Amino acid sequence: MNKINRRSFIKIAGSAAAVGAVGFPSIAAAAGKKRVVIVGGGTAGATAAKYIRRADASVEVTLIEPNKHYYTCYLSNEVLGGGRKMDSLKFGYDGLAKHGVTVVHDTVTGIDAKGQKVTTKGGKSFGYDRCIVAPGISFVDNIKGYDQAAMEKMPHAWKAGSQTALLRKQLEGMADGGTVLIAPPPNPFRCPPGPYERACQIASYLKQNKPKSKILILDKKDKFSKQGLFTQAWDRHYKGMIEWVKAEDTGGGVMRVDANAGKVFTEFDEYKPDVANIIPAQVAGSIAKTAGLTDDSGWCPVAGKTFESTIHKGIHVIGDAAIQSPLPKSGYAANSEAKVVAAAVVDLVNGREPGTPSWVNTCYSIVAPNDGISVAMVYNLVDGKVAKVEGSGGLTPMDSSPQDRAREVQYAYSWFKNITSDIFG
Amino acid sequence: MSVNKSLAVLLGCGMMLGTAQLSAAPTATMLADTCAGCHGTDGASVGPASPSLAGMSEIYIVDSMKAFKSGERGSTIMGRIAKGYSDEEFQLMASVFAKQPIAITSQKTDAAKVAAGEELFGSNCEKCHDERGGLADDDAGILYSQWLPYMQYSMEDFMGGTREMPKKMKKKVEKLSDAEIEALLQFFASQQ
Repeated sequence: MNKINRRSFIKIAGSAAAVGAVGFPSIAAAAGKKRVVIVGGGTAGATAAKYIRRADASVEVTLIEPNKHYYTCYLSNEVLGGGRKMDSLKFGYDGLAKHGVTVVHDTVTGIDAKGQKVTTKGGKSFGYDRCIVAPGISFVDNIKGYDQAAMEKMPHAWKAGSQTALLRKQLEGMADGGTVLIAPPPNPFRCPPGPYERACQIASYLKQNKPKSKILILDKKDKFSKQGLFTQAWDRHYKGMIEWVKAEDTGGGVMRVDANAGKVFTEFDEYKPDVANIIPAQVAGSIAKTAGLTDDSGWCPVAGKTFESTIHKGIHVIGDAAIQSPLPKSGYAANSEAKVVAAAVVDLVNGREPGTPSWVNTCYSIVAPNDGISVAMVYNLVDGKVAKVEGSGGLTPMDSSPQDRAREVQYAYSWFKNITSDIFG
Repeated sequence: MSVNKSLAVLLGCGMMLGTAQLSAAPTATMLADTCAGCHGTDGASVGPASPSLAGMSEIYIVDSMKAFKSGERGSTIMGRIAKGYSDEEFQLMASVFAKQPIAITSQKTDAAKVAAGEELFGSNCEKCHDERGGLADDDAGILYSQWLPYMQYSMEDFMGGTREMPKKMKKKVEKLSDAEIEALLQFFASQQ
């Protein structure tokens, strides 16, 4: 209802502006071409940009992203395992430009929901009819001493790129018999199976190259995604190499680090691992907070059907930054959310009611060279909220055959090629 | 086919009337777009293990999805996802992929095997996989330029019994050696 009122207002204001008013670019333009500004060119943002143009090439889409290239987090654990090169995770924005998306490499510093404009560090201002915010994650200061400098000594590698390369380099430099400490974050966080797949990938590298080494996982949680399958994989492929310690047993996992001394502390104990992978707690990417799109949790509350912010009208938040549960914070979910929102935004700028959404998630984890596992789910809208479709989805069966496990690895690689081409191609 | 198209049109109209609370089915595009993560944009897989769906007939896709859902056709993950949809939704998705042109892949094939496969194709496969596996009206899946690893998995499944072979196919396949089957798959994969 509000939306309709606001739109009628814009129409009236638009005509008034056309008569001669200046200085209201966003309102004036509402009478002409529809404009969508997308903040963030990761999985969610880039997908939304492409799919809006696919659905309605008359909509002007501007995507603002500081980086010239994007490194996918998905499959970046394979770089740590040594089976994949960083370059295979690297994607540019030429494909989006071919779809008619205007890609601007700049950093968004503000989003004015009332004035419907986005401002950047470069001093530019972009008016919009609808804004899509896809800023990914930023880190919370939940581990004492884990500052920017500490990140360069104890990499999180939870945003792929130089951090991934750094952690790999440290693993390569470690002597046989060393200990790798992984500190997974508390819920909710990007890629729930990620830390445990990471343990597998690192173990796979160590098993072949430094077999006396150990991996110690000091968790902030008492249970984790695909736990049964991961535990089975650790036992099957890396017996005696990986120890997982739940939060309860350490009084809450890693509390503090002294990066210069190479030390990691829990409530009661002190560790001096050879390589430390500290993954802090997470919230929505920082622009979301600056723009007032986050709630007390640090994430962005959104309406289920359109992922429009429940705080600021006209702004949609997608991908990891949104409170989208039961959809997970995964690449597949971000891609799926982006398509639903792209369709909704095209409907909204054209004065139509958005259609019924449908989402899918699929997450593969490669636990050994020929052993892949997955979780999948189909989601629909029930009473205005995202819901799991009953009876759908689930995990790879614990007793699936070695042949099926090997296939899941190949499907994971096919998924990677297809989804990255769907996003950036 | 026409009944289902009318259904899609009816659903479409329902939404255009703007009854927000009407729990209409998602549009065909909305549903089909969720498949792209594994099967490629518009069902044109860049492979290599997950098949292209582009150009497959509606009947083939719907039958396949029903078989995945019931478990009649074995799978690693497709069955789990298929359980999230109704037959009507399968039909809507299928309508999108059926409209797409066949995806032409670029994959390494062995010229000698391709040639051997071409020899075998006419007498063994052509009746049900006409136009070198590219005729959608055969309702037999698109093999033309299809991804080789996918077709190899399919044959493993047919031979291993996790996917039922049509009777006519079984008669032919029983007489073929492993090398001949591989040659045929290479032949299909090589089509441009």
